[in-house]
Amino acid sequence: MPVAKPEPARKNAFQSTDAELSRKFLYYMALMREVEERIERRLYRQGKVLGGVYVGRGQEAIPVGSGLAARPDDIFFPSHRDLALYFIRGVTPKQVFAQYMGRRDGLTQGRDGNMHMGDLSKGLVAIISAMAASVPVAAGAAMALKYQGKDSVVFVYFGDGATSRGDWHEGINLATVQKAPLVLVCNNNQYAYSTPLDKQMACANVADRAPGYGMPAEIVDGNDVWAIYEAAKRAAAHARAGLGPYLIECKTFRMTGHSAHDPADYVPKDLFQKWSQRCPIQQLEKRMLDNSWASRQEIDALHQQIKQEVDQAIEQAEQSPYPDPSELLLRVYENEA
Amino acid sequence: MLTSYVEAIREGILEEMERDPNVFLLGEDIGVYGGAFKVTAGALERFGARRVIDTPISESAIVGAAIGASFMGLRPVAEMQFADFISCAFDQIVNFAAKCRYRWNAPVPIVVRAPCGGGIHGGPFHSQQNEAWFAHTPGLKVVLPATARDAKGLIKAAIRDNDPVIFFEHKALYRKIKEEIPPGDYTVPIGKAAIHRVGRDLTIVTYSAMVHVAAQVAEIVAREGISLEIVDLRTLVPFDEATVLESVRKTSKVIVLHEATMTGGFGGEIVARITEKAFEYLDGPVLRVTAPDTPVPYSPPLEAAFLPDADKLLAKVRWLAAY
Repeated sequence: MPVAKPEPARKNAFQSTDAELSRKFLYYMALMREVEERIERRLYRQGKVLGGVYVGRGQEAIPVGSGLAARPDDIFFPSHRDLALYFIRGVTPKQVFAQYMGRRDGLTQGRDGNMHMGDLSKGLVAIISAMAASVPVAAGAAMALKYQGKDSVVFVYFGDGATSRGDWHEGINLATVQKAPLVLVCNNNQYAYSTPLDKQMACANVADRAPGYGMPAEIVDGNDVWAIYEAAKRAAAHARAGLGPYLIECKTFRMTGHSAHDPADYVPKDLFQKWSQRCPIQQLEKRMLDNSWASRQEIDALHQQIKQEVDQAIEQAEQSPYPDPSELLLRVYENEA
Repeated sequence: MLTSYVEAIREGILEEMERDPNVFLLGEDIGVYGGAFKVTAGALERFGARRVIDTPISESAIVGAAIGASFMGLRPVAEMQFADFISCAFDQIVNFAAKCRYRWNAPVPIVVRAPCGGGIHGGPFHSQQNEAWFAHTPGLKVVLPATARDAKGLIKAAIRDNDPVIFFEHKALYRKIKEEIPPGDYTVPIGKAAIHRVGRDLTIVTYSAMVHVAAQVAEIVAREGISLEIVDLRTLVPFDEATVLESVRKTSKVIVLHEATMTGGFGGEIVARITEKAFEYLDGPVLRVTAPDTPVPYSPPLEAAFLPDADKLLAKVRWLAAY
């Protein structure tokens, strides 16, 4: 049980860098949770989002911990469960809602849906739907940073299922041979659509694959944002020092189906039960309270503020126009406006 | 001085590397060995391992890495050892490179070089002419030079282009074609066909190695009083429809000739455009001369039977001329 601390100590704790970072963690994790709740449980069900919806519920610690460990000049290749990376880089909830609703203010102006979005000016590369295909591309981006003499690194995100694809192996092999500054972040949520891990691979951990490429790897609690942050710092330092790629395997659980249309009947109910006790947001809040990094009222106020921010963003996104059919043929090639 | 097709491509690449420090090469055996066809011979010695990267045998990683490097401002030129192996990188090319500009406004200025074509006894895995796969994918440019002059000018244009370019080099032309080419720096615009030979009676629309088959036939039928016009498309995407239609309106008879197999080949698209847009000018059916719908066989008599050649084209030219 947390012991009540005298006021001066609390004040110091509150002002510490740990406290400040924790509040950042909480803000981005809670924002991601709230935005995805609205998309999956309201807008999708209301028919306002028509295409696929893939959320990262219960996995928010992964993009937030790693994303805040990165430098602003590092490059992200997010997966479809890493929405927080976009917020960290300054994409707004309004743009995300507009993206899901196929509106002009979405990052792809209605040309692609859901998490299929990117903005090179913010160091965000749009995912390739068949996820492992991002790994060679990220390897090439990392090789380019080295070519240019920069000390930025590339963070590439993928799920456990992606590690079964040839592209994953080809990309890592090339990156390790080239000692490219690449941080590989695996969201091991134990299911690839309906396929459990033991049907996906015969080794126990994704990290077990790393020695085959001469690459260091570590396994972290995917629901502990602080642990992910520390691991990502280590990984980025390794890559930045010119030592090549580094794999972080975040063990977590997918607290949803693969997508909004999937009730996940194939997942044993007790697994959801068990992992719901380990919600990364609740765990962080507990740690913040225990360390007097924030009070309950402050945390509640933050959630309240996020709800309002999200309400407003949805309202604005719904006012964003649909793209005009006359735009259909534009920008297949350069100089087509 | 005469320059061969392979020398022309090499010159173009090296000149672009000299001109722009963002241009670099990656592929299998392209550095120390100089490439399976020696297209990049000398590049490593001149520019070093930073800019001439020998990669693992990983076509998907080669093209994927090229795409990623292009996002960071570089201009990669990736070599597929054979056009046939490009299928290993298909996802990166058609699902990613081709769609980035359209989807999220991210240009992909890469060149994927693909040594293609038969006539070298390469068999089913080293002989295909598979440009149609890519011509069917919006977002890619598809370039197939037939001459040394165009090979140099087009590879330079491809490297400077801000869209992904699949550059098909015909293996049988590498050392067969030698010609005078303009000295120094020049480009040939992507998307512009060339009138390889001016004629008045019948148009052959073709590209890549088949341009030379058409030229051979043109010489033969000229002695019979038939004047062939040869349109060398040079690029399939963008397709220079205007030049094709202009020639068709002049001659009123057309044969589309390509080395690729018939069904789903680009020839079908050319025929369709002609019948849609110049039907009233036609004095006969628009014919195709292509390879049959089989894999490319190995044994010399089988391969010869497979490849379109002067005899096969000649028969159709005479028939259509008399129509």
